[in-house]
Amino acid sequence: MLNPDDITALWITLKLASITTLLLLVAGTPLAWWLSRTQSALKPVIDAVITLPLILPPTVLGFYLLIALGPDGPIGSLAASAGGQSLAFSFTGLVIGSVIYSLPFVIRPLEDAFTAIGKRPLEVAATLGAGPADRFFSIALPLARPGYLTALVLGFAHTLGEFGVVLMIGGNIPGKTQVLSIAIYDHVETLEYSQAHLLSGLLLCLSFFLLLGVFTFNRRLRILRT
Amino acid sequence: MNTGLSAQLRLINNGFSLDATLNTPDNGITVLFGASGTGKTTLLRAIAGLEKSTGSLSVGGEIWQDEHTCLPAHKRACGYVFQEANLFTHMNVRSNLQYGYTRSEHAEYCINFEHATELLTLNKLLDRPSTQLSGGERKRVAIAQALLSGPKLLLLDEPLASLDARHKSELMPFLERLHSELDIPIIYVSHAPDEVAQLADYLALMDGGRILATGAMNEILTRFDLPVAHDADAGAVLSVTPGDHDTQYNLTTLNFSGGSLLVPGRIDTDCENMRVRIMARDVSLTLQRQTNTSILNIVSTTVIELSNDGAAQTLVKLDAGGTALLARITCKSAAAMNITTGMKLYAQIKSVALLNG
Repeated sequence: MLNPDDITALWITLKLASITTLLLLVAGTPLAWWLSRTQSALKPVIDAVITLPLILPPTVLGFYLLIALGPDGPIGSLAASAGGQSLAFSFTGLVIGSVIYSLPFVIRPLEDAFTAIGKRPLEVAATLGAGPADRFFSIALPLARPGYLTALVLGFAHTLGEFGVVLMIGGNIPGKTQVLSIAIYDHVETLEYSQAHLLSGLLLCLSFFLLLGVFTFNRRLRILRT
Repeated sequence: MNTGLSAQLRLINNGFSLDATLNTPDNGITVLFGASGTGKTTLLRAIAGLEKSTGSLSVGGEIWQDEHTCLPAHKRACGYVFQEANLFTHMNVRSNLQYGYTRSEHAEYCINFEHATELLTLNKLLDRPSTQLSGGERKRVAIAQALLSGPKLLLLDEPLASLDARHKSELMPFLERLHSELDIPIIYVSHAPDEVAQLADYLALMDGGRILATGAMNEILTRFDLPVAHDADAGAVLSVTPGDHDTQYNLTTLNFSGGSLLVPGRIDTDCENMRVRIMARDVSLTLQRQTNTSILNIVSTTVIELSNDGAAQTLVKLDAGGTALLARITCKSAAAMNITTGMKLYAQIKSVALLNG
């Protein structure tokens, strides 16, 4: 069965995916909202930056993050001057890396959901006396609910499967920064196929059921809507 | 100070420029009439604060916009029913209705919840999801929703436009009821002459982003300097009160300021604000009252104005006891009868169209 290191790796993976998704949903909401409303000339630039992690090899992203988070990097030295330790090879470092890595998977569904609402429901709400914040919470947020569900599951599942970035910036420290995908790699390297099978099967099932949940629930939502 | 609406708004949007001056009395329906693309909706949006504009705007004595202030849309007590009657799809009918009601400091200013649901007969729909309504039902909910936000001004953007004939006639009585029960100005955008004739108290003609003229409906319909009087379907709309019913011939008398008209059938005398339309082409003129004629409706009139209407026809504006009528006759007849202003003539009315009742 699972050895203690594997259980820790599973725990770290779930913790990392949860924190990353939560951070992205909270921070991504204003960003996605702004992107869906703006006419700014900067929009294409920001769109490109947000989508970059989708295309970029994780090792490239991981390499730059390693430099940035390391003791001499801008973020790492900032953390050091605030009294913290180097962010590379730490769980915090992993969270920062995962947030960037999974950014498009959360922002895109949210932005699409906000865009799909259009201007009109918000205009109706305004003529009925709702101020800007009220309009956002009473109209935009509930109408974007399917987008939030998609963002949540995609963000979570994508962070679960992260490998390259974690390997580059987290090292592979069992009990600290070793996540499931890397534990699997290690098992294969040392020819522990049964352990690799177990963990791989676990990830496969988890991802499948998460996606199944999205598609079932989203379809039901659509049926309610038409 | 005008206690209705007083607007002088300008804006330039994607090459379209609006420069409109509109004043309305403090109640009654003002129809904003004009072809598509003349800026009717843009003006409504500017009044509601949904489109940025410059100029001044006051409603019910309250300043919404001038050189110092510009209230945002949610601070303007104005009900807006969009052409598509958009409802909040994540709420049922009741929550949709309550949305503005609970947010408005003016709630119950013009109507309370029970009254609104009754006025628009929504009681059976309250628990329905807002996505499961017919086009006409959606419009009714949207109108009630707007009313419940306590508006001091109601804006209706072509409420009948996207409905088929059956739903149109279904919604019309509700609109007429609004008219008689609400004590706020209503601005109603339309490009359908039938709706105008049936609902308007006042008419504001719009073209190229400007208001060409505003005034009481029949006054505008019969003004020679405006294009409507020269339309093929030009005519006058008269307010009438139903009188006696002749059981032998099944005819009802309709009284108006200039006399009375006979129309076939029995008419419900409860109907207030009854109107008839008399087309210019259905009116012929005689120097003496004819007796040997099949035409029943003959009204004594005075010629106010004459105007050439195309090469062969003359348009004559007549006064019948304070009510203006239009007659379209040939230039040849006008010359033969030597019609001049001030002349007494008899208008023979071939057909009277009832607009409601």
